[in-house]
Amino acid sequence: MTQTRKAVALISGGLDSMLAAKVVMDQGVHVEGINFFTGFCVEGHTHAIRKHDTAKPKRNNALWVAEQLGIKLHIIDVIEEYKQVVLNPKHGYGANLNPCLDCKGFMVGKAHDWMRQHDFDFIITGEVVGQRPMSQRRDTMPVVARESGAGERLLRPLCAKLLPETLPEQEGWVRREQLLSFNGRTRKPQMALATQFGFVDYAQPAGGCCFLTNEQYSVKLSDLWLSRGKRDYELDDIMLLKVGRHLRPRPHFKLIIPREEGESRYLEGYRRQFTHLQAFTQNGPIVLLDGTADEDDLLLAARITARYCQGRDAANVSVRITTTDGTARIVEVAPLSTDDIRGEWLL
Amino acid sequence: MSQHTLDARRLLCPLPVIRVQNCVMDLSVGDTLEVTCTDPGVRYDIPSWCRINGHHVLETREHEGEIIIVIQVGSRA
Repeated sequence: MTQTRKAVALISGGLDSMLAAKVVMDQGVHVEGINFFTGFCVEGHTHAIRKHDTAKPKRNNALWVAEQLGIKLHIIDVIEEYKQVVLNPKHGYGANLNPCLDCKGFMVGKAHDWMRQHDFDFIITGEVVGQRPMSQRRDTMPVVARESGAGERLLRPLCAKLLPETLPEQEGWVRREQLLSFNGRTRKPQMALATQFGFVDYAQPAGGCCFLTNEQYSVKLSDLWLSRGKRDYELDDIMLLKVGRHLRPRPHFKLIIPREEGESRYLEGYRRQFTHLQAFTQNGPIVLLDGTADEDDLLLAARITARYCQGRDAANVSVRITTTDGTARIVEVAPLSTDDIRGEWLL
Repeated sequence: MSQHTLDARRLLCPLPVIRVQNCVMDLSVGDTLEVTCTDPGVRYDIPSWCRINGHHVLETREHEGEIIIVIQVGSRA
């Protein structure tokens, strides 16, 4: 009796990993999915936070893909371990603070560890030669296989025919002739294959699935490190960078101002961890103050807070300032004018 | 069979699912887990995770902005 081989597929929630898993499943291999949560994932959080995203389904696409494929999905929290990838990438960053090559090596390495612990045979990714400028080039793909430790047990079904044979092909666990030779940035072959498989609904994230590829997000993360004098972060730090306007009117403090109701509700959850300000007699959002502020700074923060409340055109607005020990006081301030909010304050 | 609770309030997707997944690992078939969340995405994600892993959602209810989902551990755990 032929032994059923087992593969673990990196499932991002996008189309490529979905197709890669399906191609191998159709060859009779038992496939289970694995998904890593780094804290920088675009998936989920932004949909959950922002009210204006209500038109989009509030679903985790990796789970959804696993359900479409009928496979198990193991979601692994790698927040702590991933810090070293972000803070000290051996291969450097891409256009922003995206350490794509180190990231791919890290994730394949974690999948390789999981594969060995669970007695699986090989790893599947949805990588395509030439699709990404850093991690999916013909010359960097062997780097991922080597540095992850996965070596010949790493199979990229969508472009396998363009690469040297891997162990699953050599051993006959999968048939090479049924694998693919996708190449480059075009999405047409993937979309055609999706149609062939009957996949009509799949995620097509604009700008990738990681906040570190986002220029504005990277600016805010750099600012966080600069203002604290050290390159480090906690989960709350990187979550808050996804939310609201960030204004830094002074080097020693910044304000986080929600842009809509969903973000306001989210920031409310942090009110005990931050000094926060809110218009008292007018409707206005909660504003978090991150850093240290003296009396002059607090008054400036109150004037900025007043700028973003419904009383922005009034001569004076009452603003409540609440410190982290729960002490609250009311100050009367003139809202800052639009012209006084300097462009360089906005991160 | 025993009953368990999990506080996943203020956690955003996929952390509630990860917490449920890790909690269920230590439970036995037939045990129930009542998880309290605030992320509306859990209405889709926890049932989806249960379906693909062979567990059962017994109840979903909302109370004062919180979403409470009761899960029963299935035999594929």
